[in-house]
Order: sequence, then C-alpha cells, then structure tokens
Amino acid sequence: MKRLRSLLFTWETLLVLLLLIGCVIGSILSPYFLSGFNLEYALPSNIMEIAIMALPMTMIIIAGEIDLSVASVLGLASVTLGFLWERGNPMWLAIGAALLVGVVAGYLNGLLVTKLALPSLVVTIGTLALYRGLAYVILGDQAVSNFPTAFTNLGFGTIPGTQFPWSVLIFATLVIIFAVILHFSRLGRQLYAMGNNKEAARFSGINVNRIKLILFVLSGGIAALAGIIFTSRFSSARPDNAVGFELDVVTVVLLGGVNIFGGRGSLLGVILAIFILGVLQNALSLVNISGDIQSLAIGLLLIFSVLGPNIARNIQAVIARRRFAVGSSKQA
Amino acid sequence: MKKLFQTLVPGFLVFSLLLLAACGGSATGGSGGSTPSTGTGSGSLNITFVPKQINNPYFDTAASGGQQAAKDLNGQFKQVGPSSANAAAQVPFITSLTQQHVSAIVISGDDPNAVAPSLKQAMAQGIKVVSYDADVAPDARNIFVNQADSEQIGRSEVDLLAQQINSTGQIAVLSAASTAANQNTWIGFMKQELAAKYPKMQLVKVAYGNDDDQTSFNQTLALLQQYPNLKGIISPTTVGIAAAGRALESVHKGGQVALTGLGTPNQLRQYVKDGTIKGFELWNPANLGYLAYYVAGLLAQGKIKGNVGETFTAGKLGSFTIAANNVVLLGPPTVFNSANIDQFNF
Amino acid sequence: MTTTSQDVERTRQRSHVNQARLISRVSRVRESGLLIALIFIIIVVGIQAPRFLSVDNFVQILLSVAILAIVAVGETLVVLTRNVDLSVGSMVGFTAFVTAYFFKELPGINLLLGILLGCALGLILGIVNGLIVSFGRVPAIVATLGTLYAYRGLVFITAANTTSQVNASDVPAGYLALATTQILGIPALILIAAIIAIIVGYFLRSSHAGRQLYAIGSNPDAANVIGIRKERLVFGAFAASGLLCGLAGVLWGARYATVDATNATGLELQVIAAVVVGGVNIFGGSGTILGAVLGAIVLGTVENALNILNISQFWLQALYGAAIIGAVVLDALITRWLQRTILARRKKA
Repeated sequence: MKRLRSLLFTWETLLVLLLLIGCVIGSILSPYFLSGFNLEYALPSNIMEIAIMALPMTMIIIAGEIDLSVASVLGLASVTLGFLWERGNPMWLAIGAALLVGVVAGYLNGLLVTKLALPSLVVTIGTLALYRGLAYVILGDQAVSNFPTAFTNLGFGTIPGTQFPWSVLIFATLVIIFAVILHFSRLGRQLYAMGNNKEAARFSGINVNRIKLILFVLSGGIAALAGIIFTSRFSSARPDNAVGFELDVVTVVLLGGVNIFGGRGSLLGVILAIFILGVLQNALSLVNISGDIQSLAIGLLLIFSVLGPNIARNIQAVIARRRFAVGSSKQA
Repeated sequence: MKKLFQTLVPGFLVFSLLLLAACGGSATGGSGGSTPSTGTGSGSLNITFVPKQINNPYFDTAASGGQQAAKDLNGQFKQVGPSSANAAAQVPFITSLTQQHVSAIVISGDDPNAVAPSLKQAMAQGIKVVSYDADVAPDARNIFVNQADSEQIGRSEVDLLAQQINSTGQIAVLSAASTAANQNTWIGFMKQELAAKYPKMQLVKVAYGNDDDQTSFNQTLALLQQYPNLKGIISPTTVGIAAAGRALESVHKGGQVALTGLGTPNQLRQYVKDGTIKGFELWNPANLGYLAYYVAGLLAQGKIKGNVGETFTAGKLGSFTIAANNVVLLGPPTVFNSANIDQFNF
Repeated sequence: MTTTSQDVERTRQRSHVNQARLISRVSRVRESGLLIALIFIIIVVGIQAPRFLSVDNFVQILLSVAILAIVAVGETLVVLTRNVDLSVGSMVGFTAFVTAYFFKELPGINLLLGILLGCALGLILGIVNGLIVSFGRVPAIVATLGTLYAYRGLVFITAANTTSQVNASDVPAGYLALATTQILGIPALILIAAIIAIIVGYFLRSSHAGRQLYAIGSNPDAANVIGIRKERLVFGAFAASGLLCGLAGVLWGARYATVDATNATGLELQVIAAVVVGGVNIFGGSGTILGAVLGAIVLGTVENALNILNISQFWLQALYGAAIIGAVVLDALITRWLQRTILARRKKA
C-alpha cells in the first residue's frame, strides 16, 4: 500500500497525468488535434531540436552543471554548414565541419569549467554571446538556402510508410543510448554522485573533471546535430537560427523533475516533459493562440514545476504534524 | 502553519497570473472566432493572416484592412503569428493552419525559404497561399501582393533624401535585420540610384538596427559619431526610422542631419512637426491588407486562377492585373510631409 | 563540546574569515584593474581616432549605459546573495510599456505620478519574484527564468488588449524630456543613475542589512546559524531589483520614445555581463556597486569604440561574450595568485 502510494506520487506519474490532461484538453479544443498528421508529424517535428538538445542537458544538470550555450552552438553549426556549402564544398564535408565546430565549442566550454574551475553558468552565458556573435561574424547579412533536396528531406521528409519525420528516428536512437548511459551504466551513477556531492565524488575516485569535459563536448556535438536538423528543416542557414532555444531546453529538463542543483532526475521525466511542451505549443497554435500566450504558459509551467512539489510537501508536512499532535493528545 | 502560508502566498500569486493569462487568451483568441470551415471552394471564406510578428503596429494596420475586406467578401478574418520576428517561429502556425484546412493563408515571410516547405505542404492540401509585405519563394505561393515595386522604393528613397540635402554629402542607411531580404533588395537599388544619378552623394555605411528600438537608437548615435559630416540617413524600416528620429532629437541634431525612409504617419507625426523629418514615404498598409485578403478570397472562391495577365476588381481599390512572376502591385507609395501628415491616421 | 571539535570549529571560522578577506581583496584588485583597463582602452582608441576623446563622446557613452547601470545596481544586490535575476529585461519591458501607455491615456497627469506608477509596478513584479524564491523556495535561476517568460507574456497581453505601440507624439513632452533635460549641464539620466548608485552603494557598505547581504552570499548556512533572516533579505533584494527595473522602465520609455511589446528584450544578458565584468562574484558574497557600474561603463565604452573604429557591428556580440569570459578567467587567475602569495607569506612567517 505504501509502495503504491509512493508510486502514485512520483513526479513522473504526475507528468503522465499532466500529459493526458493536455491531450484531452487539446482534443476538446480542436478537432484536428488527434489527427494522424498532427500527432505524427506536426507535433514532433516542431520540438525535435529542443528534444535532442535536452538529452545531454539532462546529464549536465544532473551532474550539477549547466550549459546555456546550446542554442548558440546550434546557430554556429548551422552557419558553418551553410557557409561551406555555399562555397562549393561537398555536403558531407560541410556536415562534418558543422559537427566538428560543435564539438570544439563544447570542448572550450568544458576546458573553462574544468581547468579554471569556473562556474558553468557564467562560462556558458559568455559563450552564449560569443558563439552567436561568431555566427554573425561568419555569415553577416547573408542567409544560405540553396541546399540539395536530399539534405532538406532529412528535416522535412517523412520515414517511408509513416508520417513521422526523420528527426524522430534520430531522437529515438539517442534516447535509447542516453537512457542506457544514465540509468544502467557506471558513468550514469557517477553523474548522480557528482551532482549530489562533488567533494565526496572526487574522494571516491571519480575523475570529476574528465567526466565534465566529456559532458560538455557531448552537449556541443549534439547541439551541432540539432543545428544540422534545424538547417535542413527550414532549408535555411542564418546566424539567428534558434535564438532563445536554450530557455526551452532548460525548461523542459527542469519540468521533467531534474533538480537544478544536480543529483536528482530521470530521463523518463524529461521525455514526458518534452511531450508536454509539444502538446502545449501544438494545442495552443491549433486554436490560433499566438506566441505571446504560449510564452506565458511556458513560464508559469516552469515555476509551477518546482513550486508545486514544494507546496505539496509543505501541506503534507502540516497534515503530518497535525496528525501527530492529535495522536499525542489522545495518548495524554 | 506559517510555512504553509508562506508557500501558499506565492502559489496564489502565480495562480492569479495564470487566470489573468486565461482571460487575455480568450480575449485575443476569441476575437477571430475559430469555427472550422467545412471544405474549401464555394463555402464561406476562412482566411488567416500570418505576419512576421503580431502586436506590430504596421501589421496591425494591415490586419484592419484585411478585416475590412473580409466584411466586403462576407468571409472570416483571423491573424496568428509569433511574438518576435523569427522565421522558425512562423512554421508551427502554418502547419496548424494547414491542418485546420483554412481556405487561404496570407503570409509575410520572415525568411523566403524557411517557410517554403511548409507552405508547399499547405498548397498540396488545396489551400491558397498569398504573400504580402515580404515575398516567399515563388513556388511556395500562388500570388505575391507587392506593396510597391522594390526598385521604385529603393530609388525614390534616395530621391527624397537628395532633395533635402542638395544632392551632396555623406549618407548612411539604417536597415532592419542584416538578413531581411526585402531590405537588402531596396538597399541594392539605392546603391544603383546613387551611382547613376547622384555622384556627389556618398553612401558611407549600412547599419543594422534589427528592428529593435534600442539597437536602432544606438546605431544612429554611432553613425553620428563615426561620421561627423553625415548629411542624411535613410531608414527603410518603420522601427528604424522612429528610433533614428528620437536619437537625432536627443542629441539636438534634428534638422541638421536629414532623415527619411519608410514609416507610419502616427509613429513619426512628432518628428515631422518638430522638423526632425522633412518627408518620408509609405504605402497604405491597410490597403495592402485589404488587397491581400481580396486576392486570397478570389483565389479560394475560384474566381481567379492566379495566372499572369488575369485582371480582377478588388472592391474599393479598383482593378488590378497579375503581372510577371504572379505579382500584384498595390501602387506607388504616398509621400508624407508636414503639409499632409494630419490627413492620415495609421 | 570536546576540545577537538572546538578546534575544528575555530579553524573553520578562521579559514572563513580568511576567505572573506581574500574575496574583498580580489574585488579591490578587480576594481582597480577595471579602471586601468578602461584607461587603456581610452588611450588606445583615442590614438586611433582622436574624435573618441571629446567630452561630448564621453557624455554619450554615459548616457547609453545609464539605464543599464540602474538595472545592474539592482542585479548586484540579488547576485550578492548568491541568487540571480534573469527577469530584468521583461520587468523593464513591462513597466516601460505600461508607463508610456498610462501617459498616452492621461496626458495631463502629473509627471511624478507616472514615475511612481512605473516604480510601483516594478516593485510588485520584484515582490512576486522574491516570494517565489525566498518563501516558495524555488531556485532563483528557475524562478526568474519562468518570470522572464511570464512577464514578457504579460506585456504582450497588455499590448494586445490596449495598443500595439506608443509613439513619441502620443505622450506628453514633459515625459520625453526626462531623457533629454540637463541639470547644471549634466544630463538628468546620468544624474539619476549616479544618485541611485551612490545611495545603494552607501547602503551596502554602511548599513547592517547591507553587510548581511554579503554574509548570506559568502555562506548561506552560516548566515542562518548566526541569526540572519535570510529569507527576508533575499526577498528584499529581489524587491529592490524589481523597483529599480521599474524606474529603468520609466526612463526607457522616455529615452526611446517609441515603445512596443518587445522593448528591452534580451537586456538580462547585458546586465549580467556588466555585473560579471564589474567583478561581482556570481556565487555571491563579493563585489561592489562601483564595480558593477564600472562594468557597465567598460561595456559601453567598448561598444562605442567599436563604432568609432568602424569595426563591423557583427563583432559586437562576440566581443560581449569574450568580455564576460575574459572577466571570469581573470577573476580566477587573480584569486589563485592572491591565494598563493598569502600562503607563501604565511610560510615565511
């Protein structure tokens, strides 16, 4: 009984509930919500870049750090891709270079955080501006858009026989890999240990700095991958691609129940949160509510995702105290 | 108990914010009325505008024209869009309109190519696509309602400024985002006009204000510092010219450095009256919205096919012809100055 | 208590004191370093472009950072307590829009009333932040990231239900004059910013509460033990940040005259850059108002110099980023160096 109750009150169950409520409201509000095209195509394709970047972000936040530069790395990778393609390089080279840029950008973040022991919050706010700025320096007032169809199909085409976009397949593969690493490997356990207590983790023989460096490199590489998907989906490489996406990524991870100070959280929660965000945006735009209300809803969702449990915990504590008081008065 | 109270208070506050949002949401969402139309064709018209940005006075004026046309054609008018100008943010709205099977989408493309794939998807479902204000890729729309000929805009801006500065001296351009396609086209024609007609005028810099008040303001001040002998500024964007006007005024250079460009009369009334701006131009955005809705309506009803050479009548605006590249031209822009500005209210 | 645990406690306290002294030395080194950097920039740019050295140009630089500095002062208060306020851009945006709209609807109204309204609005937004953070116990970065979205949403909703834009001709000239009048030859905007920086700086240095803010930031747990009411002070810091954003919003409307729903978007990045470059430790406990204001001035000077030297605008954002990173790297290196010299001195003794 006690286990059942604790299962019922996990954050993940709450998220499932929230997702279901969102879907019910969505289908009531709009007759198109439950259509195959909407659920298979429209809903996932619009959030896939955020979803992909949320996977390494989950690990980084669990390990007690943060990477706010992801959207800028996305933009920089996108611009690199466009720049090289426009100058007549083959597509594979441009894609490879874009990924490399992402890895290098992540490596620089990691170096600053580990070698100089700087707070990742400040470092990545700095590189958020730096990488976006470099994207502007490279492409300036141009936008590259004449990409080959084979490439744009990656973002816009669907998997044969279904209406799912290709990016969903990439996301699904990554989810499996990340889930195995985070929940079934030694590295995963080490991440939680680092987030819970860095000193203790170091004393227990975990190479904290090396793991952090790997995490930031991973985050940069994945952000570049998201940049390639983004570029192909809009067939457009511009320096301002995906400005502000870092907020969505962090929102999704925190809404998924990952503790901002590290040490707690699960990938399942984050994936549920990704779909809640997707349903929210999708349902609101289906009933023609413009972007402004959507941003308000996202902000409130984020605050409530932390405030809600705090309030619930306090109410529980008050109830428990009362019960205790009643019990002790009876005894007396 | 005190702790409970302490956590409940912020909870309550946020909750009241949420309620407020819900009210606001229904207020804006309800203005359109979102009953789904049944099929396209002869049924009632259900046309939605997707501007670059909502809550932008220019697009709001265009929307008022669209609403007028909706009344004239007995159709429905709606407007949805992102809250900041961003091509990626327009796409989800296009996709959701496709699913709703609206009769037509009228769009101002933030990036001509980024929105093209999803617009093609909409066209494949039988939805008519009309672009206005800023064109999209030609194969991703049926017709482009052009507010003014790009060449004419670029050249006439230079002519306007030349009159004010005696065709001599250093000038600069304050543009919007560096990637804005229509801005860059106009600037291209400005350069041609300068080379052809005004050898004594010298374009020293193109600055970018990103359609942001603060950036445009600071860029104007920077231009004045970099080029102390600057004689004039052209800002072919409504945000840029207003910010530049204020910046000139704040350093008491109004009248000494000429300013012209594209702006709305309401925005610039103050600066025209105090002499900061002698003259500027713009098409009537309400008429642009009206024409765009009308064209979309006629397309959806099957009254025009959208072929080059077709002629049609657009209500109060009279008759138009579809020109090469499936473009309908609104007409020459109006020049506003202290003599006529009070006759306009938009 | 046994003697060993007393020893442990004593050494911990001592190391804590040393830590505090170290931190205050770092910030002193940082401020003088910042001044030297500023003078260096001015000389180098001045040689390249003599125009840069005019009094008029310096006034322009100060004008361009005055509003930023006011917001940075409020942000410093929050950062000192080991928190951060990311919602400043949205708060400035909201108050600027509402104040301008207020003047548009009631053009005859007393100027002071409008200013008070803007400040009160900012205060309310700041209070909501403070309640969520200190009493709802939501981490500041999460809470203010949320209100960054939520408050911007409020601006859009307000704009959707009133007017999409307030123009220069809509508001009384007296309001716009706030940004252009001069008092004793000094622009009012600069004077207002300077007065606020002096008042808050004095408060931080001399008042009991001010010193407690530092104590919270350098060691929140210890602060709780010695009886500092942490929640109230953090709440107060957020409320003050909101109030200053409110004032900044009023001035924003006056300076830029055209106000729409997107105004002051992304301001938080500039503010945090100014604070960090100014040597305020992002983990709380150290930094001064003077530093934050100097940080804002350095950033403004760099931006101005870029324009004067005719370096492409596209470099600006990259340089902002490089400045933030350079500042924190410098902090880390100075701290290490000071630590090493102190250790070496102690070994000799």
